[in-house]
Amino acid sequence: MDLELSDDQVALRDGIASLLEARIPIDRVRAGFDRAMFDELAGAGVFSLRADGFSWADCVVVFEQLGRFCVPGPLVTSLLLGDGRIAEVASRYPPIWIEHLDALDVLLVAGGGGFQAVDPKSVEAEPSSWPLDPCTPVARAEQLPEGAPIEFNRTRRDTAGTVLTAALQLGLADRLTELAVAYAKERVQFDRPIGSFQAVKHMLADMLTRTEVARAAVYSAGAVLDEQPSAAIKHRLCYGAKVVAGDAAVANGKAATQVFGGMGFTWEVDVHLYLKRAWVLETHHESSDGNAELVHATAGEPRIWGDS
Amino acid sequence: MQLRYSEADESFRAALRAWLEGALSALPPQPARDAWTERRRWDTDWQRRLFDAGYAGLHWPAAYGGRGASPTEQLIFYEETARQRAPYVGVNFVGTLHAGPTLIEEGSDAQKAEHLPKILRGEEVWCQGFSEPGAGSDLASLRTRADLDGDHYLLNGQKIWCSFGQVADVGEFLVRTDPDAPKHRGISWLILPMDSPGIEVRPLKTVLGSSEFSEVFLTDVRVPVANRVGAENDGWRVTNVTLKYERGTAFVSELVDSIRLAEELASRRPVDAIDRNTSVDLGRCIAELDALWALTKRNVSQASRGTAGPGAMVMKLAYSEARQRFGEVCMRALHRDALHVDDNEYVEERLRTLALTIAAGASQIQRNIIGERVLGLPREPR
Repeated sequence: MDLELSDDQVALRDGIASLLEARIPIDRVRAGFDRAMFDELAGAGVFSLRADGFSWADCVVVFEQLGRFCVPGPLVTSLLLGDGRIAEVASRYPPIWIEHLDALDVLLVAGGGGFQAVDPKSVEAEPSSWPLDPCTPVARAEQLPEGAPIEFNRTRRDTAGTVLTAALQLGLADRLTELAVAYAKERVQFDRPIGSFQAVKHMLADMLTRTEVARAAVYSAGAVLDEQPSAAIKHRLCYGAKVVAGDAAVANGKAATQVFGGMGFTWEVDVHLYLKRAWVLETHHESSDGNAELVHATAGEPRIWGDS
Repeated sequence: MQLRYSEADESFRAALRAWLEGALSALPPQPARDAWTERRRWDTDWQRRLFDAGYAGLHWPAAYGGRGASPTEQLIFYEETARQRAPYVGVNFVGTLHAGPTLIEEGSDAQKAEHLPKILRGEEVWCQGFSEPGAGSDLASLRTRADLDGDHYLLNGQKIWCSFGQVADVGEFLVRTDPDAPKHRGISWLILPMDSPGIEVRPLKTVLGSSEFSEVFLTDVRVPVANRVGAENDGWRVTNVTLKYERGTAFVSELVDSIRLAEELASRRPVDAIDRNTSVDLGRCIAELDALWALTKRNVSQASRGTAGPGAMVMKLAYSEARQRFGEVCMRALHRDALHVDDNEYVEERLRTLALTIAAGASQIQRNIIGERVLGLPREPR
């Protein structure tokens, strides 16, 4: 039993972090996701981690960093599909909002007990002139065309997809804590750094606490994906990871905005990008409330102690 | 990252499970909550059984009669004993988890020889005399005086929140030996025989209606200087040396118990007897408790490597707050079934957990510590 990163995972984390720092700084994040960004991430092996023999826990380590750097794009679905195409999932249930439609190679739509591959160019959709997250363009369709059946594992999407999304949320929560703490140390009011006031300090302590709790949950869920214990405990820990990581990302986004004061309400300061991404991810792979209900439903099933 | 335990750890678990099965079936019924003489006998009897089976002082070094267990074995021990509803450490709490480790680290050879074997065998019960009516969160402002009188100290003052004071043989007491020094530097750590003349113990009734704690009044109590542990006025440091014995396992028993309660509530059928709001809230509590179980394992993993991360610093705050949220959801799910405490573990726990965010460092103090020691934020002038 070891829920700390292995030496290889530390190297993986530091490697992806330095790549992102150099190649996808926040200015490029603000310009949004495009094929060049996808190709660069693909070149670094982000979407072929599984094919290259990395564990789910390794994928979690990488996706936490993608979250920390606020990297936009249909990252989770593209990794899960894993055939080199840029892919996102959409539902036929209205309202139908499709993310990153213009950048997609394939749109995956649930239907017929599995998924259909829909050609994005065949989709009639009206792009929003003002998406919630400026880095996540959305377009609204009235209906989606039929597509050809495609092999896309639903259970894996429900488990691994949920955990990788939670890893992105963990990264957001972590970075938001870092940004708010740094600002609270330098911003002076009443002749003192605002981080010295308990009213602010305690908000920051709560941000760190939420992040550390979420990190443990996400890492544990990553390990569970690799080890395949009983289905009930696996699902419960996957859903649960997204509950705590999603709550942490949104709560930390709001807390960071408050710590930054008026500056937190400006377009210029980056905090809103992280908070808006947290809100976007809240709608992926069930909301926090939806996942909490799933945890409740699975928690009543018998478990074997020692296996989680 | 892996959740799977090593073969050695699994065989430790299997042997422990097998032993617990036999030991628990031979256990007499648990005495009533306030039957303190019987409780002392029951708890120390369990300690003796642990000793005979080689599980006493699990985390103590082998040189002092302990088992020298690894942090992971310590985790497994607390998990399995809680899971099988074995007796909690009870009146042996202070001796095995705090005073004993303090003596191992700071005691003289004579002090170690006198007390450590008795603690392990369940022959000596300890209490803790740290807090005072005027020294709670600001513990270092304590005022109980210890004036030097030849080869004795003369103690005068009042202690509060003394766990198991009414059945203890000895106490670990923090006293002021230099009233003129800065507050952290005038404190000493004493071994106080609880049958010394001048000690009066008054049980304190809590919101549970029972009396785990006592007030202790000290009037001209004579204590040999030889009972001091560590140097004079160095007691503040001495009292903090035990932290390394905890190794991330402090809340394992309580957490395992909480998760069991949550699973029992979640497995009540029909599920639709619980409305959607309560279902969401209960699911969120379970997700939090599972996350804290993962955090515990992460902290133990770091302890095994001899490192410590921020996770160890946030555990107390996160656990106590999450535990109270869970208690609230239980009360709501039970609705009018929450109006009685007898045979009602959920409500009893809700009352008990009111103390979690106060005892051993209130949540507000925890946030100060996290803010200043982990995040490096400037101190508020105080």
